[in-house]
Amino acid sequence: MTAMAPDALKAAIGAQTEVNWMIGGPQGTGVDSSATLFLRTAAAAGYYVFGKREYHSNIKGKHSYFNVRASHQYIRSSVDPIDMLATFDKETATTHGHEILKNGALIYDPKVVKLEDIEGLDPSVKTYVLDYDGMIKDMAEETGSNPMKLTIMKNTLAVAASMALYGVPLEAMERAFIGLFPGKKAKLVELNMLGAKKAYAAMQQYADVNDFEYRLAPMVNAPKENSRLLMNGATASGLGKLKAGCRLVTYYSITPAVDECIYLEGRPEYGMVVMQCEDELSAMNMVNGAATTGMRAATATSGPGFCLMAEGIGWAGMNEVPAVIFNYQRGGPSTGLPTRSEQADLMFAVNIGHGEFPRVVIAPGDMQECFEDSFDCFNIAERYQTPVMVLPDKVLANNTQTIDFFNEVGLKIDRGNLFTPTTDKPFENVDAAIATHTRFEVTENGQSRRSLPGQPGGIHWLTGDEHTTIGHITEDPAIRMAQHEKRYRKMEYLLKELPQDRQFKLYGPADADITVVAWGATKGPVLDAMPLLEAQGIKVNMLHVRLFSPFPTDGVEKILKASKKLVSIEMNMTSQLARLIRMELGILIPHKVVKYTGRPISQTEVISSLTDIQKNGTERIVLTYGH
Amino acid sequence: MATSAPSPHTLSAPLKASQLKSDKHPDWCVGCGDFGITNAVQQALASMQLPPWEVYFFTGVGCSGKTSHYVQAYGAHTLHGRSLAFASGAKLANPHLTVLVAGGDGDGYGIGAGHFVHAGRRNLDMTYIVFDNEVYGLTKGQAAPTLPMGDQPKSLAAPHITQPINPFALALTCGYTFIARSYAYDAKHLKATIQKAIEHKGMALIDVLQPCPTYNDLRTKEFFAEEVSFEGTKVPRVYYMEDEGYNGVVSNPHDADEVNAKRKEAFDKIYSQEERTGLGVYYQVELPTYHELLKQNMPVLRDCAPIDLQYYDADMNPTTDLTSGWSALIV
Repeated sequence: MTAMAPDALKAAIGAQTEVNWMIGGPQGTGVDSSATLFLRTAAAAGYYVFGKREYHSNIKGKHSYFNVRASHQYIRSSVDPIDMLATFDKETATTHGHEILKNGALIYDPKVVKLEDIEGLDPSVKTYVLDYDGMIKDMAEETGSNPMKLTIMKNTLAVAASMALYGVPLEAMERAFIGLFPGKKAKLVELNMLGAKKAYAAMQQYADVNDFEYRLAPMVNAPKENSRLLMNGATASGLGKLKAGCRLVTYYSITPAVDECIYLEGRPEYGMVVMQCEDELSAMNMVNGAATTGMRAATATSGPGFCLMAEGIGWAGMNEVPAVIFNYQRGGPSTGLPTRSEQADLMFAVNIGHGEFPRVVIAPGDMQECFEDSFDCFNIAERYQTPVMVLPDKVLANNTQTIDFFNEVGLKIDRGNLFTPTTDKPFENVDAAIATHTRFEVTENGQSRRSLPGQPGGIHWLTGDEHTTIGHITEDPAIRMAQHEKRYRKMEYLLKELPQDRQFKLYGPADADITVVAWGATKGPVLDAMPLLEAQGIKVNMLHVRLFSPFPTDGVEKILKASKKLVSIEMNMTSQLARLIRMELGILIPHKVVKYTGRPISQTEVISSLTDIQKNGTERIVLTYGH
Repeated sequence: MATSAPSPHTLSAPLKASQLKSDKHPDWCVGCGDFGITNAVQQALASMQLPPWEVYFFTGVGCSGKTSHYVQAYGAHTLHGRSLAFASGAKLANPHLTVLVAGGDGDGYGIGAGHFVHAGRRNLDMTYIVFDNEVYGLTKGQAAPTLPMGDQPKSLAAPHITQPINPFALALTCGYTFIARSYAYDAKHLKATIQKAIEHKGMALIDVLQPCPTYNDLRTKEFFAEEVSFEGTKVPRVYYMEDEGYNGVVSNPHDADEVNAKRKEAFDKIYSQEERTGLGVYYQVELPTYHELLKQNMPVLRDCAPIDLQYYDADMNPTTDLTSGWSALIV
């Protein structure tokens, strides 16, 4: 789909084609449920949605918020100012009130929020009263229920009031409820609709409700119902693992990696064993042990746990074990910002472990790539018999968006070079069956035949020490060189064999004014910003890198050398990809945009920083938006 | 013991212990207890006639870490302290394998203590043999977690001022379902104990008393051969508990009274103030293994081990149908 600048689209349609809503409240009071309802309602009405979840490392009580953008166009990022803020509590109103655009809306309960307490609230913002307690009391009376048990209905009331102002029909909410409450829970649809109607009607009492500036135009050419998915990256990665045949995932509980594990634990029908370990040393080495048996196995972790895995990853490199490690990046160092976003583990991943061993490091940039990488990483690990690290981040793990169905056609399983005893050797006698196999045979492409415990004729040894072709310890200099070189040769072949678009991809026009160099989740805001920048007269393309070790030097160099102005955009302080490029290619990226507040980069920020660089030649921009 | 293996290959002729020696020759010191233990492992495997290609032997790091290289079976010489984690992953994936784990007391009760605890809790069907010589031999004899307080083997600059771990007390509280002691120079007892541990369904621990002839001049071969005073008479320092009627085996795991009584008896033995040391099974109980419990949670694994789940066809197309996964996400 060709994206249009929203202004152009708005002009064509004659009304708003995109809105940006926020809801907030103390953690544990239903902020997530409200956002899910909003996302599902907007999706049911045909819009494309993107939800950004921000929360504290806390179970109950601290402020959290969810930002939902709904659009006529496919979107993959958030924007900054909001046009409507729905609140249950005072803190949300005082923290985010100043972010509401001119003529935007605030939904509040005057019993808890005093408008004069909201600093920076634009006087043009329209305020709408929602009497949560009164409506719940009415609902309790009408249904004969205990009002205490209906407190959760606040979510429904807030979303319904918001939909009334945006002009989204109640019927879309009903469809969202039907999707949320299938089967035995169906009676909840009626109860929720009772609340939704009350809140909707309350908004209709405002004489100017239909004149709301950010009323959302009905979706034009809406996608067919049930033709899209609403999901986050943690789920996409989990599904990719299932499709790939991974049947063991190990983890030690850590945010945000644990979301993927919880998802997989809830799907026992696939036979995937999800093992909660005593620590990340165990999680990593259980994967090593399982992977040597031929099981496709992975561990999922985040920064602090990833640090503990370093030694095990080195063992996997030395023993050519197809171990898969998902490191869901979060704010570091140390415990850092446990629930916030950062892309600061790239240099660590490409250098992890002592000594030298080949390792594959890849990072997905969106939901589709989470699924692809999660599927591919096992093929890569088994083909090149070496550890593969996948680096999603909290943005991908926790943000939700509407996407097309993933393409499952044409996927292939690649087990690499496996020893097959039935055809390789007859076992007419015991000696043949217990014979030793040259697991680490020195070959041209570095790949040797991998025998698996249980296979007769395949006995060999594994050891963290340098070893002979059958895996016994050696300190012989010639064997050391042969094995060390053999291991590294596998990476030359990977660069030749892995499809180029899985290594890096150039998005946008070839002859751009600015070439953005980005990786991971910054892909979304940059892609979304490109058509808007073009409308402003700045032609932008983006080199999105997905493979970092081994580094695809030749292809990346060609693109960088053909570019007019290079700008790196990363969610870290030290521009890690830019540094890696300088290390690998000697090319300096002169303009750097960075953000290290732990909050994701928005489309708005990409537009403003690239405009600044194009106009003023600014070398370093530090982004700060977001609470 | 492994669950019934699907291998079409069986031993076509009886296997001799000598065939379980690899071509690699041990480089341990003369008189090292490691020789006795390695020998006993090979004897036990031969006695059970287990196909060596279905045995996966994991070791840690240190002198004992090299043991896997000397046995003709699949072997993994892992990381210091992590052998139980590696082994647990392999056993989880492929329960058909007979999984043996070995390592030193420093490896298992020191750097690997966390895994030691949780391996007991999980009760995977594996056998863990600890080479207990009270010192870190390969790095010149530092104190291992089992060295008694106040002792000063020749490699220590001063008497040891840290309390030792009691591995059996720890194992009992962590849920090990087979806990036994043997002695490196008692080939017959050690072989029989290893065999019992492999045959036991669940997580088994064998702590093997073992001299380090180079660095531990306190617990030598001569020390273990000495006679000590017991109830007014001289008796051997190591003795078979079984000979005195001790029976640590729980006959009915559902009988809480019997379980408690056996655990109490085992604790009394473990903390006995006697100068002599008992060899044999301190405690054994048959409880559901991790895999058996997993089957209850995951019906798809009831008749199929995780490693046997098919996920691609002959043309290498993935066969996992994600329909149920997608259905919850469709809008």
